[in-house]
Amino acid sequence: MAINWFRFSSPATFYPLAGKLVPWFATGAAALAAIGLYVGLVVAPTDFQQSDAYRIIFLHVPAAWMSMFLYVVMAGWSAIALGYNTRLSAMMAQAIAPTGALMTLIALTSGAFWGRPTWGAYWAWDARMTSELILLFLYLGVIALRNAIDDPRRADRACGVLALTGVVNIPIIYFSVQWWNTLHQGATVSLTKAPAMASIMLTGMLIMSLAAWLYAIAAVLARVRTIMVERERGAAWIAALPEVRSA
Amino acid sequence: MLAARSATPHPKRHSERPWALLRPSPDRPMTTAAATMNPMATDAPWPAIRWAVARDLRLALRSRTELAVQLLFYVIVVSLFPLATSPEKNLLSTMGPGVLWVAALLASLLSLPRLFAADFADGTLEQIALSPYPLVALVFGKIVAHWLTTGLPIAALAPLLGLQYAMDGEATVVLTAALALGTPILSLLGAIGAALTLGLRASGGLLALLILPLYVPVLIFGAGAVDAAHAGLGADANLSLLGAGLILAILGAPFAAAAAVRVALD
Repeated sequence: MAINWFRFSSPATFYPLAGKLVPWFATGAAALAAIGLYVGLVVAPTDFQQSDAYRIIFLHVPAAWMSMFLYVVMAGWSAIALGYNTRLSAMMAQAIAPTGALMTLIALTSGAFWGRPTWGAYWAWDARMTSELILLFLYLGVIALRNAIDDPRRADRACGVLALTGVVNIPIIYFSVQWWNTLHQGATVSLTKAPAMASIMLTGMLIMSLAAWLYAIAAVLARVRTIMVERERGAAWIAALPEVRSA
Repeated sequence: MLAARSATPHPKRHSERPWALLRPSPDRPMTTAAATMNPMATDAPWPAIRWAVARDLRLALRSRTELAVQLLFYVIVVSLFPLATSPEKNLLSTMGPGVLWVAALLASLLSLPRLFAADFADGTLEQIALSPYPLVALVFGKIVAHWLTTGLPIAALAPLLGLQYAMDGEATVVLTAALALGTPILSLLGAIGAALTLGLRASGGLLALLILPLYVPVLIFGAGAVDAAHAGLGADANLSLLGAGLILAILGAPFAAAAAVRVALD
């Protein structure tokens, strides 16, 4: 029995699938966020050095991880869109950019509120926060270029080239704490070594990261459905949709 | 031969064959006679680079006023900062390298549309893209000519402007070296942005938004070279990183810029 790997690479087949997946990912994200915030705000003990101010890691670290991860995913979809000339891959890249920008903004502002009580300053221009700021500008640049080009297919390709050009920033952000003497601490969590933080705090952080990931998937799938209806508005399958017929 | 021509399938647009963004199409007909007369024609990059450099230099030198205006913009911006802050020598020598670098970034942004816009407007860019020579080589030649007319004068002016900022000899030497290594990177990365924003409205501001985040590492290492030299750490690390960035930019940026040109021409 041959599997058609490209079954869902058409907007007409992916639209209903995405519609079925969004509620699952959204409720999963809400549930995990509730559990993670309970663990982080109630169960985890007060930190010895930073007292209760450290608890912002349960928002800051997941948002920062997602901001970097989403950019790489966006670049990946852009590469597929440029290589295979598929519309849906480019629509996925278009859908990811605003969520990625939001995650970056959350990471920057929550980091500023963490820095004020711990380092004494809202902003310090160290390597990691500077490169995260650059990441925000890269996301905004992709969104601005998309809005500036009228032809959607030309916009797909131009934003694809731009996203792939900017992906070199992600390793810079990630390794900036190793390459520079910065205010930011080094990596507390590693795949190869035991974590340097209490395990209950690590658990809370990982649950919140998973919640952020599920939220991002739900938001991107919901947004790509809107993008599909906008861009494919002349197609027959759109006209046959119940939500369009009843409108 | 006429029958063979009409039997050739109609060449597809790049929008249908995106992998042709980087290479000219293999089904572009090239007769046997032409191939034997000019065996170097289709794939050789050096004739293409030489041609593009020579043409763009000739065109730029015909409008020397435009080049002088961009250089004057650089000088005026550099002169504004001491007026806005204070002419106190220590402050000036500390901020001198940074100011010269930021002004170089801004002057580069101002001059980048010149790379492709004029050719795009009158259809020459389309002819360049249709030629049998690799577009990557032609774009690289254009970028070299752009640096020779924009970046090189900026780097050459650095010692003179360093006097305005009371920079000592060592700082001036390091700054000039950093600018000489960094301004080509600015032209290379800027070409990608210039190609992406071809023909768009509000392209000047959009170009700045797209390119300045990519310029920031160059700025940090370039201005940091002088700081490192002052702090006694030596500028070697920063200059080496700038050199590495230049090599990476030479290897990657012409391909991205050529892809962006083909996207804009479709």
